[in-house]
Amino acid sequence: MIVRIKWSALQQTHGYEYLVRFALGGLATLLAGVIADRFGPETGGLLLAFPAILCASATLVEKHERDRKTRQGLKGAERGRRAAALDATGAGWGSLALATFAIAIWRLAPYGILPALGFASMLWPLVAAGLFFFRRKLRRGGRGPRESLT
Amino acid sequence: MDYVIRFLAGGAVVSIFAVLGDLLRPKSFAGLFGAAPSVALVTLALAFSKQGPAYVATEGRSMLLGSLALTLYSIVVCQLLIRLRASALAASVCAMMVWFAGALSFKLLFLGLA
Repeated sequence: MIVRIKWSALQQTHGYEYLVRFALGGLATLLAGVIADRFGPETGGLLLAFPAILCASATLVEKHERDRKTRQGLKGAERGRRAAALDATGAGWGSLALATFAIAIWRLAPYGILPALGFASMLWPLVAAGLFFFRRKLRRGGRGPRESLT
Repeated sequence: MDYVIRFLAGGAVVSIFAVLGDLLRPKSFAGLFGAAPSVALVTLALAFSKQGPAYVATEGRSMLLGSLALTLYSIVVCQLLIRLRASALAASVCAMMVWFAGALSFKLLFLGLA
């Protein structure tokens, strides 16, 4: 199977790492609200795509991969960087899906909360997954960070 | 009280997407969750109830520009990691400038000084 769940990954994450991401997520949401209140929805809306979480997740991915390789007696720095680069690449494709989410909100908001948020929330995973498989087709024979990291 | 709700709800939704990103493999697929609409879901739901649909539509339009800046940001982070061999923390923090520059430039270009 191309996409799978790795339950053991949960054991790699420490309690304080969950706490950091909770706090960063809370702060990013709070900041988006404060900026929108102060400067209006045109500026506040930009913050809805602020990369606060990506920063934390790339750092954690690098650390976990580096630690894993170091435990095996290997040099994990390069592997950690490559894992973080793959994470950032995925987020780049995800951001295009986020753009379609934003368009759906923009165009459907006048019809109410359920059609707008409901449709946009279904659209994001579909477009994101579609782009992932599209990218896999593009990469066949191409160059870039290796996909073999688990 | 509104800000407390924002913080707690935002933290919870972001954590859920982060755990999904942890669980899924390959990493490039999990990375998609780094650009999940986690902050947007909470903010827009609250904005719908408080400010109404016109306000939300305006936020959605700006979010489109923010997400294009996020695409630029991701490309720059990837290049800093692979070509300059920067650490993930250094790359992701330095590239924040690219996000701010991109988002504000797109806003000026497409929406003017509004």
